[in-house]
Amino acid sequence: MSWLEKIPTMDRQELRDLKKYIDFGFRDFSRAYGDAIEAFFDPLLYFLVWLEKFLINAPWPIILVIIAILAWVGSRSLFVVLGTVGSFLLIGYFGMWTDTMATLAIITVSTLLCIAIGLPIGIFMSRSDRLQSVVTPILDVMQTIPSFVYLIPVVMLLGIGKVPGLIAVCIYALPPIVRLTNLGIRLVDKEVLEAADAFGSSYRQKLFHVQIPLALPNIFAGVNQTIMMALAMVVIASMIGVKGLGVPVLRAVSNQYLALGLLNGLAIVALAIIFDRITQSFGKRLQKHLESEHGV
Amino acid sequence: MESEIKVAIKNLYKIFGKNPAGMISHVQNGISKKELLEKFDSVLALNDVNIEIPAKGIQVIMGLSGSGKSTLIRHVNRLIEPTSGELIVDGKNVLEMGKTELREFRRRTASMVFQRFALLPHHTILENVSYGLTIQNISKNDAAERSQQWIDKVGLNGYEKHFPSQLSGGMQQRVGLARALATDAEILLMDEAFSALDPLIRTEMQDVLLRLQEELHKTILFITHDLDEALRIGDNIAILRDGLVVQKGTSEEIILNPADKYVTDFIKDINRGRVLRVSAIMDSSKLTKGVEIEKNMIIDDALQIISKSGLSKAIVTEDGKPIGSVEIGRMIEAIARPNDNTDETATYH
Repeated sequence: MSWLEKIPTMDRQELRDLKKYIDFGFRDFSRAYGDAIEAFFDPLLYFLVWLEKFLINAPWPIILVIIAILAWVGSRSLFVVLGTVGSFLLIGYFGMWTDTMATLAIITVSTLLCIAIGLPIGIFMSRSDRLQSVVTPILDVMQTIPSFVYLIPVVMLLGIGKVPGLIAVCIYALPPIVRLTNLGIRLVDKEVLEAADAFGSSYRQKLFHVQIPLALPNIFAGVNQTIMMALAMVVIASMIGVKGLGVPVLRAVSNQYLALGLLNGLAIVALAIIFDRITQSFGKRLQKHLESEHGV
Repeated sequence: MESEIKVAIKNLYKIFGKNPAGMISHVQNGISKKELLEKFDSVLALNDVNIEIPAKGIQVIMGLSGSGKSTLIRHVNRLIEPTSGELIVDGKNVLEMGKTELREFRRRTASMVFQRFALLPHHTILENVSYGLTIQNISKNDAAERSQQWIDKVGLNGYEKHFPSQLSGGMQQRVGLARALATDAEILLMDEAFSALDPLIRTEMQDVLLRLQEELHKTILFITHDLDEALRIGDNIAILRDGLVVQKGTSEEIILNPADKYVTDFIKDINRGRVLRVSAIMDSSKLTKGVEIEKNMIIDDALQIISKSGLSKAIVTEDGKPIGSVEIGRMIEAIARPNDNTDETATYH
């Protein structure tokens, strides 16, 4: 009756063998395919490096003007534009310009990547309940598994550098856009869809004229969440060689530099608030047609 | 009104459930809707529906909620697939059409107006009206030009750039109507199109539809639960109960000879004087003296004329020629509510 007192465990030797089997299996896999996978990500790497160089090397007033214009286009609010410009001036004044630009580059690229991958997945998911029941638990895992755990295989596969950092960020930041695209399309008014059918829309016409436009506010909420989560990963990504605001934060943690950590942390917060305000007010503008004078 | 048959619905059955095809034989053997639900967990929505809709007329399908009328209209453009039966439009069975053919059919032959408008909220009125055209890949300018005509015709001139949410319900349904008309489809499917509107606006929209119909001569299938509406606009009316057509005919036929208690209850409260025409109650005895009444006049109007004249009889005319006569007592009798000769109070679900 020993199993009543002690939970049955695998034989120690067997457990060791199992772990070994997985480790070696993955090591062989990464030796065999690591280079090919790395090559696959090359274009992304080039783009990321190019963007980072551009942001860092271009004269700061030009970057500031571009950012101000983007803020205006997104928010149409003078307050947001002034706040954005002010924050970036402060960031520059405290000597964090280069790191901020590097962070900006990786956030931009990973957000674009997440949209490029997440949007189609979300669309397919909305089409099929079966796919939804398969993808949803995967998204749950992606969001809850401690990031350090998947850093291990990513680093084993691709080494230390920008691309593994990018992948780590994307694993964490991808779920919201997938979820909200799926949700947005599923929430589109059935009667409007029926009308589209009744007039003879093809599947594509329905998707591009009706479903995606009507799901856009939700999709945009997903983009907003994806950006926020990407920013949250900045520090962890810096552990595997991504440049940016995470690096000084990491240094501050290991050396107990309070001021350094605080300043860079606040810079991340500033970026988050700016992105959030701009994308949210843009998302709100997408719903302008719903403001009614009569009420339905 | 004799004319060619545009849409013919033949032996149409629709059963919702796990094994609809297997239920057909039970239904044909006369199982009741209730029994089918209890024994087989299947819902009988349409039970052997046969309706022939003449071209260029307004066919009203009428019934209470749950009678299957919305299900029926969705079969005509196959938004719902039937369990069995045939649906012939212009001699072709819609149910045998392939995907592309069906899409073409929906684009060009039958368009639809919805109870809750179903407009695209992110498109302007002009874009909404031209929706049916743009998905046919007609150029934007052409589509806008054609749509503009319909916007003018339904009286929405000046609202082209508004969004649906900025319009009242009645105006939104004008957009829905214009959208359906813009494709030049010969068949117009109207699913409780005016039911969501308040009574005054509803009458106004009925006028708009009747005015347009005078000029357009579409084949219109109109679903409603409102008998006054049915009598007002329908050339022919079919009454649906629990998926079964209980009576078909013109409004006069239905009022004068209700098929069963269900229909009798339906027509109990309507103003018969506004529906019945003199021709329905006249007799052929010719008169030489008296006021003349056109045979298509409704009894309400005829009563006014005859009571002013002070006589008890009037001459009924057709194209100005006398063809018979009508007596005031007969007219009053006709518009009086028929007495309830049954004591049982029937309940309907």
